[in-house]
Amino acid sequence: MLKKIEIQLNIFTLLLCLLSSSVSISALAATTNIAAASDLKFALEELALSFEKQSGQTLALTFGSSGTFATQIRHGAPFQLFLSADEDYVLKLHADGYTLDQGILYAVGRIALLAPASSPLILDSELKGLAALMQQGKLQRFAIANPKHAPYGQRAQEALQHAGLWQDIQPKLIFGENVSQAAQFAVSGSAEGGIVALSLTKSPQMAKLGHYAVIPAEWHTPLKQRMVLLKGVDATAQAFYAYLQQPTARAVLRRYGFTLPGESE
Amino acid sequence: MDWTALWLSLQLGFMTILLLIPAALFGARWLAYRRFTGKPLLEALLAVPLVLPPTVMGYYLLVVLGAQSPVGHWIMHWTGQPLVFHFSGLLIASLIVNIPFAVQPMQRAFEAIPQDIRDAAACCGMSSWRALLNVELPLAWPGVLTAMVLSFAHTLGEFGVVLMVGGSLPGETRTIAISIYDRVQALDFDSAGQMSLILLVFSAAVLALANGLSGRFGRSHG
Repeated sequence: MLKKIEIQLNIFTLLLCLLSSSVSISALAATTNIAAASDLKFALEELALSFEKQSGQTLALTFGSSGTFATQIRHGAPFQLFLSADEDYVLKLHADGYTLDQGILYAVGRIALLAPASSPLILDSELKGLAALMQQGKLQRFAIANPKHAPYGQRAQEALQHAGLWQDIQPKLIFGENVSQAAQFAVSGSAEGGIVALSLTKSPQMAKLGHYAVIPAEWHTPLKQRMVLLKGVDATAQAFYAYLQQPTARAVLRRYGFTLPGESE
Repeated sequence: MDWTALWLSLQLGFMTILLLIPAALFGARWLAYRRFTGKPLLEALLAVPLVLPPTVMGYYLLVVLGAQSPVGHWIMHWTGQPLVFHFSGLLIASLIVNIPFAVQPMQRAFEAIPQDIRDAAACCGMSSWRALLNVELPLAWPGVLTAMVLSFAHTLGEFGVVLMVGGSLPGETRTIAISIYDRVQALDFDSAGQMSLILLVFSAAVLALANGLSGRFGRSHG
């Protein structure tokens, strides 16, 4: 009986040794960690893929809300490049000494009204369809990113305030932790729609699930998206930073609905 | 299907039990055999992670171990990297969070060993070590196995703490639970569904195996 336990423990210990050795090996391999705002989810994945093919180097992308990344970076998160959806976060990090420099404006974002195919919401740029749906009492849930730490959430709030709908829509709002979660909520069928990043609505995945209408840029403060290299950056991150400013990369961003700095819409 | 994430989760699970179970075993045994004032308080303290929301744990870890804390600075000075946003930080979080899952089953198992058997072992001239290995462990084995399985399964499922102190870094802190969350946000429901199913089957299999093994020992002892 004791032999059985011994055998099991021996196998177990062997497994553990194997595992712990592989952990220490993987910890030594340095990865280029990139923090990107969730609105770039599809666009940046495409760009990273072509960069990796071209350069033979690998990138590790993490998507989330810009505010959350700014906090994580202050707590020592090992990112080397930060692509924010709002330049305020970048400028503050620079002022507090976490970055190499002030970074560079890489795109101007837009917001869009998004609804799944099955929704009764009529899409229009002035949100008149949304107002009508609310008056009919048919709006149950509306998704935006959390305005507290997601730039696209803040702009959604501004747009709703501009349309005079903010007060009445409050009890119906559901908040995504970042704008791509908001988009996922919006097309899930559990909400009648939402206001999310235009770049997300332009992806092939999203095109299958819903329709959108672009909201006028004058309805909210501009989404000046700034990227910056952080302290401890490696050569791969710097190469990618340069790559994102090239014409081929800019063309991809343009395809996802971004306005490039220096260009008008 | 994020194999890196699954592998990372398995590593986290195994490393947690490797480091936690031996310490918890001796702690549980000590608690089982001793009576002292303040024992209920100590047991309650050890059980706190059971009821604490994972985000609270994550918050305190960030504050106590993060790069801005004194401990964080000290660690950065000696190892060159912070604990948070690294596998080591996840491991420490996992060790703390799993204390009740490791200690309680083993403590109950040791408590269930009749005092006369331990007395008999002492009368036979067995040292504390021999008594542990030859008498107590075989009797308490189902409890030890339960502790290992519960801790491992709980680690696989850890989400709140990992999200707060991990940063979802691929290959470093993006465990399978985080990866599923990520995939859903990316509207990749196929991948999320695959990974969820694998986890479900894996968890059920591990539990069934553990039950089977501990049951067999119970029976052979009569």
